[in-house]
Amino acid sequence: MSETDPNADVTGLSFEKALEELEKIVDRLERGDVALEESIAIYERGEALRARCDTLLKAAELKIEKIKTGRDGQATGTEPLGD
Amino acid sequence: MASDQPLADSPTSNVAEYSVGEISQAVKRTVEDAFGRVRVRGEVSGYRGPHSSGHAYFRLKDDRATLEAVIWRGTFSKLAFKPEEGLEIIATGKLTTYPGSSKYQIVIDAIEPAGAGALMALLEERRKTLAAEGLFDAARKRPLPFMPRVIGVVTSPTGAVIRDILHRIADRFPCQVLVWPVRVQGETSAREVAAAIDGFNALAPGGPVPRPDVLIVARGGGSLEDLWGFNEESVVRAAAGSAIPLISAVGHETDTTLIDHASDRRAPTPTGAAEIAVPVRADLEAHLAQLGARLAGTVSRLADDRRSRVRALARGLPQPDQILALPRQRLDGLDGRLRSSLDARLAERRGRLAALGAMLAPARLSEKVARDRQSLDRLARDLPLGLSRGLDLRRRELAHRAARLTTRTSQRLHGDGVRRLAQAVARLDRRAQDKAGDAASRIAEAARLLKSLSYQSVLERGYALVRDADGTPVRGSAGIASGDRLAIQFAGDDRLDVVADGKAPKNPGRQKPARPASKGGGQGSLF
Repeated sequence: MSETDPNADVTGLSFEKALEELEKIVDRLERGDVALEESIAIYERGEALRARCDTLLKAAELKIEKIKTGRDGQATGTEPLGD
Repeated sequence: MASDQPLADSPTSNVAEYSVGEISQAVKRTVEDAFGRVRVRGEVSGYRGPHSSGHAYFRLKDDRATLEAVIWRGTFSKLAFKPEEGLEIIATGKLTTYPGSSKYQIVIDAIEPAGAGALMALLEERRKTLAAEGLFDAARKRPLPFMPRVIGVVTSPTGAVIRDILHRIADRFPCQVLVWPVRVQGETSAREVAAAIDGFNALAPGGPVPRPDVLIVARGGGSLEDLWGFNEESVVRAAAGSAIPLISAVGHETDTTLIDHASDRRAPTPTGAAEIAVPVRADLEAHLAQLGARLAGTVSRLADDRRSRVRALARGLPQPDQILALPRQRLDGLDGRLRSSLDARLAERRGRLAALGAMLAPARLSEKVARDRQSLDRLARDLPLGLSRGLDLRRRELAHRAARLTTRTSQRLHGDGVRRLAQAVARLDRRAQDKAGDAASRIAEAARLLKSLSYQSVLERGYALVRDADGTPVRGSAGIASGDRLAIQFAGDDRLDVVADGKAPKNPGRQKPARPASKGGGQGSLF
């Protein structure tokens, strides 16, 4: 793949957008009315979208913090939420 | 206090004497000691909002009395809800006097609505005002993010509510949660909640504190008064003005506070808010895995499909040999015929050429010339002789015919007459015979007809003929007397003679004597 990757934009997509496009691609491919050349191209895009969704899902982890406020009532930072 | 008092004419001279100021102070002390902290229920009357000084003056009244009331500026700003004209409240404070005008009044520290009905009426009033401003319009609601990375929660940092929310988020979709701690009850709660909502919105994207993708404002259940902070205008305006989508989860499902109207989604409980805020990661993972499998499946199916189509088409293609076989066969056949016909034609031509060549010998030409010359010579020689011979022949024939002429002619005429006479006789005979035969066949025909019409044939069919003694056929019983002889004839000449017995019916018009039956015909009258 020496050419510019046509699926480079996928890494900027939100999970929802990526999932939506992936669903469309799978639907199209399953309908089978795509030309062979195009089916390969959109399959590759589908793979990229799936990987993107996977990354976003795996990246999520629980992190709980409490807001610290300054004298003016604005948030100045966070600290662990002690219970 | 010291004064000159006339002793003589004062019957009450030993009673202590107060100045107005002294008595006013005494009363003030007494009142404040006795009523240092009281709760007074009454209807707000004459309320016109805080004075320019920030203090508020009005009266509490019931059906029998009125009580002057004041709320100092410092207190007024901290009130969870403010007095309103006509609202029945319970005021907490102390009684004091105002010596300058001989009045007493209550200095209020806190007020609360007296009874839910009053509070509900107030709430409804406020809801209408804010709704009229469009703060609750459906068009203002924003969609929540499908999968937030950061969730901001405005609630108390301790207690069941935040635990429930965090627990449910961890279960469904672990992500970053920022808790903005506030008091959710009491006089300051509305201000703190509004400040927290504004504070989250003030966070810049990409700043040191991440800006949440969605906010949850939550509080557990409580009384209407407990939840009152979430009905405050400042909170409602902050929620309506939040650029970050906001989920409200205040109180139980049955409690509705004004922030619920202004939020983008209302959750029935804090746990419900967490469910609305985040999807279930496991579901998404399963869905994604399924999509991945389907994606992989489609490609292999597409390839398989095309492969099998190519195969099918290839099978359908005829072999090159087969395509060429038939034309080749025809070519071979034509080639063979071409060769053989060429050879044959060649041989034939060669043969004819040879034959012609042989015929073309010079000797044959001279031979024919010689032969022609000979015959010419012979004809020239025979010509005069032939002429005289021909004349002799014609002359003799003429004489012969003249001699035959007389006898032959008469003989032939005679014979002719004899022959024609014989023919005429023969024809006459034939005609006579024909006539006779014709008559005979007509007689036979008539006889056949006669037979078919005969009464005999009727008898053949089973009828019988009755005759009287004369042999006349009897047509009915009339005229037959008892004792007359009758003959019954059946088919085939079968007869029975009978004697009439019994009476003949009366029939005076007919009388014919019975006569013995006789044999034979004579029944022409039947026909």
